[in-house]
Amino acid sequence: MPLFELSDIRFAFPHRPPVLQGADLVLHPGERLSIAGPNGAGKSTLLKIMVGLLMPACGRVVAFGAPRREESDFHEVRRRAGLVFQDPDDQLFCPTVAEDIAFGPLNLGASRAEALARVDAVLAELELTHLRNRITHKLSGGEKRLVTLATVLVMDPEVLLLDEPTNALDEANEARLTGILEELPQAMVLVSHDARFRQRLATRELRLRDGRLGPA
Amino acid sequence: MSATLSGAAAGRSDACGGGWLGRVDPRVRIVAATAFAVVVVACDALPVLALALLPALALLAASGLPPGPTLRRMAAMDSFILFILVLLPFTVPGEPIFTIWGFQASHEGLAQAVRIALTANAAILALMALVGTMEPVTLGHALHRLRVPATLVHLLMFTVRYIDVLREEYLRLRQAMKARGFRPATDRHTYRSIGFLLGMMLVRAMERSERILGAMKCRGFTGQIPLVAEMRVGAADIAFATGFAAVLAGLLAAELALAAV
Ligand SMILES: Nc1ncnc2c1ncn2[C@@H]1O[C@H](COP(=O)(O)OP(=O)(O)OP(=O)(O)O)[C@@H](O)[C@H]1O
Ligand SMILES: [Mg+2]
Repeated sequence: MPLFELSDIRFAFPHRPPVLQGADLVLHPGERLSIAGPNGAGKSTLLKIMVGLLMPACGRVVAFGAPRREESDFHEVRRRAGLVFQDPDDQLFCPTVAEDIAFGPLNLGASRAEALARVDAVLAELELTHLRNRITHKLSGGEKRLVTLATVLVMDPEVLLLDEPTNALDEANEARLTGILEELPQAMVLVSHDARFRQRLATRELRLRDGRLGPA
Repeated sequence: MSATLSGAAAGRSDACGGGWLGRVDPRVRIVAATAFAVVVVACDALPVLALALLPALALLAASGLPPGPTLRRMAAMDSFILFILVLLPFTVPGEPIFTIWGFQASHEGLAQAVRIALTANAAILALMALVGTMEPVTLGHALHRLRVPATLVHLLMFTVRYIDVLREEYLRLRQAMKARGFRPATDRHTYRSIGFLLGMMLVRAMERSERILGAMKCRGFTGQIPLVAEMRVGAADIAFATGFAAVLAGLLAAELALAAV
């Protein structure tokens, strides 16, 4: 059974030409699917549709075996699929890194102590413990990027939706991130403009063009 | 930002789509709106106030604003003062005219309520028709030319420019919170998170303002917003100003005549 199955997704922002015009996508367990495409093609839009932050005008979203139509259908999807936003500044909003990472587990009902324990675990795993008590908006671009990944990994999602995860990373950190992602068992959707990164990680590559997804 | 602040839109280029009123010099329009407001506030006689609605409606027609939505906006303003209007007849002492649930409404109170409603609506209508159609940048430049302190003008222009940026930032952060399973409830976690959200927006707004100031300084900003388009009072503007002054004088004359009776 596929984790995600989107069919004939059509979407337009108000008073704008359509962004997606019949996009289809299937994500199987264990798969690392990459999506490339020009700026403004609608890649970020597609990821937001997958977790119900945007609602398509028509088309079907089936996630984890159930059709998802309404806001309430997506609460479970958001718990099981972690979206890392393209712009870390859209995501980080708590004063400190630890608090921001704890936000997700707290939403899932963890106690403060449990949440903080998981924060420390995920920071150690990503070798980011030195950032634990830093002020989020004073991190560098690349540090923010890694922290946003932590904010999602800490929720232990079954699927990772990563919007340009290597953006703003230096070579060392990019290599480290690639290594981390390679080790992770989760299925992922990787939106990236970096051909090398896609080739290294992706088990299947797609390209978004003219509002539709096709083979790269 | 550059497009909005460069002043390219200043002057009369924003007359697009509007009626002929949009082509009248912005300063003349601001002064006219202010004068109109002063006159209707000064007038007390109900017939005069009712009469004052006529020029306001005429301005609305001349502004090219869609009447339906504009009147709806006016009604939205009315809803703010509705409470006072409804209470006034019952709280102002005077000659009773009717009773509801044992409360007496007075003639004087009712007249007062009608007076306030007419004054407010005439003034707002004229303001929307005269000034509401102006691009914020034009309004800023016109106010500046009218010797309004530069600080206030900048404040106005930046508020108009960035209120949407802030709103969008708020919506994006809320979206990202939702993506991490946040559902507002009445608990400590929710209050804390909303507090963080508002705090973060405040901090970012301050940092952004510093970055913007830096970027503006790099482009030679010294506290003055440069003017590109010129504003000139032409014959048509003088004609409009004269006609409008005559209408205001007429209203005042009617008021004085009625007061003398
Ligand atoms: N909130 C919005 N309101 C209106 N239009 C939007 C909004 N967000 C995105 N768009 C438009 O929708 C289109 C698709 O945007 P999207 O962010 O999905 O592109 P993308 O493929 O992720 O591009 P990039 O590679 O630059 O990240 C673009 O043309 C963009 O201008
Ligand atoms: Mg994008």
